[in-house]
Amino acid sequence: MSDLLEFKPQGIYCAAADVFIDPWRKVEKALITHAHADHARWGQQHYLAQADNALVMRERLGKDISLQTVAYGEVVMINGVKFSWHPAGHIPGSAQIRVEYRGEVWVASGDYKVEDDEFTPAFEPVPCHTFISECTFGMPVYRWEPQQKRYAEINQWWAQQAVLGKNCLLFGYSLGKAQRLLNGLEPTIGPIFVHPAIAQMNAALEAVGYRLPATLPLSTYNKKVHGTGVMVIAPPGAGGGNWEKKFEPYSDASASGWVQVRGNRRWQSLDRGFVMSDHADYPGLLQAIEACGAERVVCTHGFTALFSRQLRELGYNAREEHTLFSGESEQSEKSAEGEAG
Amino acid sequence: MDAFMKLFEALDQTTSTTAKTEALERFFSEADPRDQVWTIALFTGRRPRRLISSGQLRNWAVQQSGLSEWMVEECYAHVGDLAETLSLLLPAPQMQRAQPALHQLLNDLLGLQKADEAAKEAFVLHHWQQLAPTARFLFNKLLTGGFRVGVSEKLIVKALAKVYQREEAAITYALSGKWEPQQIDLEKLLYSNKSEDASKPYPFYLAYTLEGEPADLGEVIDWQAEWKWDGIRAQLIKRAGEVYLWSRGEELLNDSFPDLVEAAQELPDGTVLDGELVIMDDSGLRSFADLQQRLGRKKPGKKLLQQLPAGLLCYDLLEWENQDYRKYPLQARRTRLEACCSSLVSSRLAISEVIKAPSWADLVQARSESRSYQAEGLMLKRLDSTYESGRKKGDWWKWKVDPLSIDAVLLYAQQGHGRRAGLYTDYTFAVWDGDKLVTFAKAYSGLTDAEIKEVDKFIKAHTLEKFGPVRTVKPELVFEIGFEGIQASNRHKSGVALRFPRILRYRRDKLAVQANHLADLKALLRD
Repeated sequence: MSDLLEFKPQGIYCAAADVFIDPWRKVEKALITHAHADHARWGQQHYLAQADNALVMRERLGKDISLQTVAYGEVVMINGVKFSWHPAGHIPGSAQIRVEYRGEVWVASGDYKVEDDEFTPAFEPVPCHTFISECTFGMPVYRWEPQQKRYAEINQWWAQQAVLGKNCLLFGYSLGKAQRLLNGLEPTIGPIFVHPAIAQMNAALEAVGYRLPATLPLSTYNKKVHGTGVMVIAPPGAGGGNWEKKFEPYSDASASGWVQVRGNRRWQSLDRGFVMSDHADYPGLLQAIEACGAERVVCTHGFTALFSRQLRELGYNAREEHTLFSGESEQSEKSAEGEAG
Repeated sequence: MDAFMKLFEALDQTTSTTAKTEALERFFSEADPRDQVWTIALFTGRRPRRLISSGQLRNWAVQQSGLSEWMVEECYAHVGDLAETLSLLLPAPQMQRAQPALHQLLNDLLGLQKADEAAKEAFVLHHWQQLAPTARFLFNKLLTGGFRVGVSEKLIVKALAKVYQREEAAITYALSGKWEPQQIDLEKLLYSNKSEDASKPYPFYLAYTLEGEPADLGEVIDWQAEWKWDGIRAQLIKRAGEVYLWSRGEELLNDSFPDLVEAAQELPDGTVLDGELVIMDDSGLRSFADLQQRLGRKKPGKKLLQQLPAGLLCYDLLEWENQDYRKYPLQARRTRLEACCSSLVSSRLAISEVIKAPSWADLVQARSESRSYQAEGLMLKRLDSTYESGRKKGDWWKWKVDPLSIDAVLLYAQQGHGRRAGLYTDYTFAVWDGDKLVTFAKAYSGLTDAEIKEVDKFIKAHTLEKFGPVRTVKPELVFEIGFEGIQASNRHKSGVALRFPRILRYRRDKLAVQANHLADLKALLRD
């Protein structure tokens, strides 16, 4: 008998229900874990996703896509297979998809983080027999400190630059990271400007009830009016653009998990790198796997070989599967944002 | 360690030279003088002697972290820096008492010279538990040797000159040569002069590459042209009856070149020569590859000395009769140098001839013939130039011949270290031999950051095989590889060895089948 979920050239496939989860090729029915470009791809005939993703997906994939939405925890039956979406803590609307059929339970994690960022619905462990886990940061050098410490560092950096008469340019992905950063900024330090790609995502999330601090469009910045000491949030793909000039003098920084390693931090040629990721760190991955009680773990995108070997040493039945999710570099997010502006 | 840690963080958190200089000035105005001496030493490449092996450190890190050995190795391969890998893998520090002073820490470390393994382990584990995360990373850096923070010696000199209100050249000179941070105090270091230390070399005057046309330099009559030899730059000192041979990297080369040291005994006391260290026998100049055989050898045997005798092609005189000559114009120094060299008996010390040329056109012609003289091009020096410290623009130029080049296919790739960790930046290139590709060179530099990212992405998506850290890449990308020289070699599969290979251009316009053939490469051997 074949597995409840299989890895096909098109994506993760459930034969019993004839649906795909986050397919990377065109299929008829696509169940979506979250709206990032490497998971919610363009061109599927029908999409089924958690409700918070609706506006974002329509912005990114087209107003006229065929999209059905569900609430967290709501059950959808397809051909006798029971599907439900559970918070993954990755970005607003992100979900783990639980699949149950004849008493067997699989959970496809999509992307997740276990630390509660106090903005995104927090990760919930979902008991299952088999857990398909991402492992973007499945290497023990990647351990995050509590996010409060990072926010403090970022705000301190901002306050320092304000004293020096400089502006701050902070780069983070337009969907998820940007809003999380906005949520952690101390708005009393100065006005906050955002790149159009981020403004668009902010509006899509505010429309479904997420609350964000007031921001100004990047194009409205005027040094005579606003002075220096302002904060600008922009996606990494927008770095190096002409718009940066009018914010001079500035200090620039990025917020990403990769900058945990000094070489990566220096490679980007920015002044600062703040270690902040929306993916679970190495201990977080282990914690999530333990919490869901799975005997079997399938590792996708990231340090799959390494992490599955580690899991086998810990006594799990673990293997790796190749997917087109962008574990290695978070590249697809960047290119998606390049298009957005 | 607090001041040093703060300095490191300030340097690490900016890409602006002004901000770096300010941080250094702050440090040199405020820090304990003993910490300053050590900081100067570390930042100018004087690392403490390595007393603890990386194997020992890895073992202890495996025990402390509870991770498997293979995992620690994988992490190291990913991070690219052992000191950093260990600091990321160790458990969070237990308690953070007041951090020890930098000089204290280093003195304690060097005190372990005769200690047994258990004492070394106790020392390392104690500090791993006590030091704050950044301090722990720096501590590991001290243990493992290398210390790069993106600060040039020039920047250090600039900051010291400002804080201590001295000439930059005086500081550069004070920091040159051999000194032990453990045995010298700041005052003595910064105000030392050669009367106390006969071995002390002068800072080398370094030339920039000539980018424009030589005629833009003015009248040819104001310039002296010499061959740019393909050896290594060296300074030969004879003082108080002793000879000292220094490399440009300020390494004392006496042990490797006893023949030259002996030949230099006939120089009068109080003489300092600047020249090119080369291998030369009765038939003339030998290749750089021959020199490399001598460079690696600490105590060369008789046979090697006979086969590959060393010599110095002298082109400048920095000291004569114990007098600093650097302030005199080149023309005057040259007259003295010629008189000095002509009186010598040994053939090991020869003058580097001046190229007589009545016009720039003659020099253009001479430059084009450089390779037949075993030279890499020409040096142009203004006749009235004084001998400066370090790299200065204006009076001295190197005017190298254009590199040889060949179009090659990228075949293997490996991740870089340091700033390039995590990206595939170390490449092995191949040319066609029939319908097979044969590798002939490795190159690391020459691409822009954006190109590196693009190539990295290609490599990750087109890996055919992995052997440990090395990936075999689908042979598709073509690069123009430049190099300064080529020699027959039986150590390489291709039968040739290249000098200074580097990437000149990413040839997006070429297909792999359009790359050069081994025969094209070998044809260059005959030229």
